[in-house]
Amino acid sequence: MNLDSKIPEGPLAEKWSSHKFNMKLVNPANRRKYHVIVVGSGLAGGAAAASLAEQGYKVSCFCYQDSPRRAHSIAAQGGINAAKNYQNDGDSVQRLFYDTVKGGDYRSREANVYRLAEVSADIIDQCVANGVPFAREYGGLLANRSFGGAQVSRTFYARGQTGQQLLLGAYAALSRQIGLGNVKMHNRHELLDVVKVEGHAKGIIVRNMVSGEVSRHAGDCVVLATGGYGNVFFLSTNAQGCNVTAAYRAHKRGAGFANPCYTQIHPTCIPVHGDKQSKLTLMSESLRNDGRVWTPMDAETAKQIREGRLDPNQLPEADRDYFLERKYPSFGNLAPRDISSRAAKEACDEGRGVAATGLGVFLDFRDAIKRDGQKAIEERYGNLFEMYRCITGDNPYETPMMIFPAVHYTMGGLWVDYNLESTIPGMFVGGEANFSDHGANRLGASALMQGLADGYFVLPYTVGNYLGEQGVAAAGKVTTDHPAFAEVEADVKARINKLLSINGTETPRSFHKRLGQIIWNQCGMARSKEGLEGAIRDLQELRKEFWSNLKVVGGADGINPELERAGRVADFIEFGELMCRDALMREESCGGHFRVEHQTEEGEALRDDENYAFVGVWEYLGDDVEPNLHKEPLIYENVKLATRSYK
Amino acid sequence: MEKTMNLTLKVWRQTSANAKGHFETYKVENISGDSSFLEMMDILSEQLVEAGKEPVAFDHDCREGICGMCSMTINGIPHGPEKATTTCQLHMRHFHDGQTITIEPFRAKPFPVLKDLMVDRSAFDRIIQSGGFITARAGSGVDANAIPIPKKTADYAMDAAACIGCGACVAACPNASAMLFTGAKVSHMNSLPQGKAEKHRRALAMVTTMDGEGFGGCTNIGECEAACPKSISLDMIAQLNRDYATAQVKNFFQPVS
Ligand SMILES: Cc1cc2nc3c(=O)[nH]c(=O)nc-3n(C[C@H](O)[C@H](O)[C@H](O)COP(=O)(O)OP(=O)(O)OC[C@H]3O[C@@H](n4cnc5c(N)ncnc54)[C@H](O)[C@@H]3O)c2cc1C
Ligand code: FES
Repeated sequence: MNLDSKIPEGPLAEKWSSHKFNMKLVNPANRRKYHVIVVGSGLAGGAAAASLAEQGYKVSCFCYQDSPRRAHSIAAQGGINAAKNYQNDGDSVQRLFYDTVKGGDYRSREANVYRLAEVSADIIDQCVANGVPFAREYGGLLANRSFGGAQVSRTFYARGQTGQQLLLGAYAALSRQIGLGNVKMHNRHELLDVVKVEGHAKGIIVRNMVSGEVSRHAGDCVVLATGGYGNVFFLSTNAQGCNVTAAYRAHKRGAGFANPCYTQIHPTCIPVHGDKQSKLTLMSESLRNDGRVWTPMDAETAKQIREGRLDPNQLPEADRDYFLERKYPSFGNLAPRDISSRAAKEACDEGRGVAATGLGVFLDFRDAIKRDGQKAIEERYGNLFEMYRCITGDNPYETPMMIFPAVHYTMGGLWVDYNLESTIPGMFVGGEANFSDHGANRLGASALMQGLADGYFVLPYTVGNYLGEQGVAAAGKVTTDHPAFAEVEADVKARINKLLSINGTETPRSFHKRLGQIIWNQCGMARSKEGLEGAIRDLQELRKEFWSNLKVVGGADGINPELERAGRVADFIEFGELMCRDALMREESCGGHFRVEHQTEEGEALRDDENYAFVGVWEYLGDDVEPNLHKEPLIYENVKLATRSYK
Repeated sequence: MEKTMNLTLKVWRQTSANAKGHFETYKVENISGDSSFLEMMDILSEQLVEAGKEPVAFDHDCREGICGMCSMTINGIPHGPEKATTTCQLHMRHFHDGQTITIEPFRAKPFPVLKDLMVDRSAFDRIIQSGGFITARAGSGVDANAIPIPKKTADYAMDAAACIGCGACVAACPNASAMLFTGAKVSHMNSLPQGKAEKHRRALAMVTTMDGEGFGGCTNIGECEAACPKSISLDMIAQLNRDYATAQVKNFFQPVS
């Protein structure tokens, strides 16, 4: 596996512009001869499909929802970062770059992160031009807030619905191109495999989720922007359909998978209420700007609160432990996500958790309401408080909110070079589906930025460069008649038939839950050698059981949600094993990856830069063969590696 | 102990778009008040699957009230009885033990049923494709602060843009009108300075597509606003009517293309 990151020569700040200059251009008249397949219509896929079509390429775009507007980017609440320095508070490309590398615990690639920071300002300009109604000040200029532990205010937002508004902007641009006939949109289609011809990605096999028809699509290259794999945990803040299938199928066809164990557990989600629950809901992190996180000092008091014998409001100050303020005095309640989540877990492990299950901590607005008045708090967080009330039935203006960490984002993903091209030539990967910019931990409001950077400003160049290199004579040469398509299509159909013919007794959902339990317990907030080794054995066992005792009702024709889930769970089970292997391999703690064997005396993460400053990239070798590990060394020329301290 | 409830569900079953549908009655037991309506439907599905029967097909994805994918008409009301709530955010504590709940798909001619509770809402996408955008190629935006936009204008645009495109407005309207949806989109873009250049063209194109898709006219009944999970206001329809009327007049004298 060749891991040439193709980082351009030259000083950091000039890499992207000189690379753009050196890239091949395709003559405008020739562009329509090329066909680009884009899988995904979220910020990354939607923006890429629209921008490539604007440039003149013929594009086909796929999504599993009934409309491209419903991709899970829609659910992002908090905001999007950009180094505009509109607040005159010392922000710059350099600072956003530095914060992102540090936030990622020095496990990301400098050149990619710098480019991300560099194009961030263009993203905001583009979104405003598209009509995104960002929050504004009375003077008519854009408003910003500080978010997720940043010490400057660089986050742009649209109420608590930033993702929705950004996606609707990209969707509008995409819709325009669909209307013009430049993009052919395939809603309710699920990618089930990718097709390679002479080593290059030249097509995909999809299933029409309404008719059940399995079909082939050929293109001059393929862009995957299929989102993250958080649903491997069963419970997460992801949408129900979020899956690893697209990325994992590409992996099985030769794309290296990078850092699968890097997952982000978000500290402020609504606690689990019971075993019939289907998803977890995120409460925007912006709440930590005013809310104070605490649990009772001792386990006995916590128990009384859990059992409803004690009203938390009555608990005197001295009996409360504001653990983030205590442990991280300079960042306090705004400490980064990985650190805050772990601190909450520790408190609950000590028996000091609240909520009926003991898995919850308070996020208390009492002092903020006292200080600023209920009206001010309502203005800032009204919709979030309402959402909380709607879900839990509790009124957070009167009783403190309860929160608990939940899986939220996956930093790992398909390995890509500087051009966002995977180890399969001609297969590009954008957005959460790639591994590129966030290292071992993503900062708040940086995923939206990366999705749109990839979609609007990176892929349109690098995909064009690839097509230019292939030459116009190659354009449209591969068709679905090529035998490679028949072969992969046959594989896909055989797999569907196999899923339907096991005729066992256990449902896909039940397998999914069991998988989630294993991953959450052993590859969640704290990981150990012993636990991971056990998890790998359990997952292999689970895989066997799945393929011998699965029960899928209904058939292959037509709408069949059970079949859809079964296919996704099958991939998640295999992928879960890869996650655990990656976590086991990485004998250090960094960002979202915390190995209990590697911590300081105070319980903080202990990184090992000497031995682990690399990207771990896995090569698939067969279903029952251990995958091969490859390493891309991370070289820091501009940032000095330091211990990440938020004390 | 937490209070749970037993319920009787009358659910619309229809095997495919062309099949005839009918109601089936099911019982579900020990439903927690903290479960969402869709979690209750999951329980029903698992129950059916365990009995070897096909589960009820319904659309859903984010389950946090923002993607607009979930639908269902619950006891005659799109998204059910709670105000400003999507089906996925409707919690069972709003129902009571022993209750019978009727669950149907969104019913409207332009939204044909695909299976059980799933309908085809792609007509909404086609309305947007005909004009629901501001033409601005990637890379062509001027500095975001170059055009100050009064807070009031931005807030109004945001009120309109909050629409999640679920189609409850159409399902609630006796005429199956899409005026609230189209009005929200037109108001969002037409109110912003960036959207002004295409203002008339947008209104004309979107209304023409809307009519062509078979959505009915608006007779000011207001059911749409009441059913809207995002409380989009009827003012958006008034704005659309104004913009459309002006556009027609302009178009009469000089075609706005
Ligand atoms: C609740 C929540 C809140 C968040 N808040 C923030 C925030 O405030 N700021 C921030 O920066 N980030 C936030 N994030 C993270 C951010 O929203 C995501 O990382 C980002 O939007 C991902 O965009 P994407 O384009 O990569 O993928 P997505 O938007 O997930 O899109 C994936 C696309 O791929 C398609 N797809 C997937 N699999 C297949 C398949 N097999 N076949 C066909 N199509 C497929 C889907 O249909 C969809 O169109 C949040 C995430 C969540 C879950
Ligand atoms: S499932 Fe997304 S709005 Fe209900």
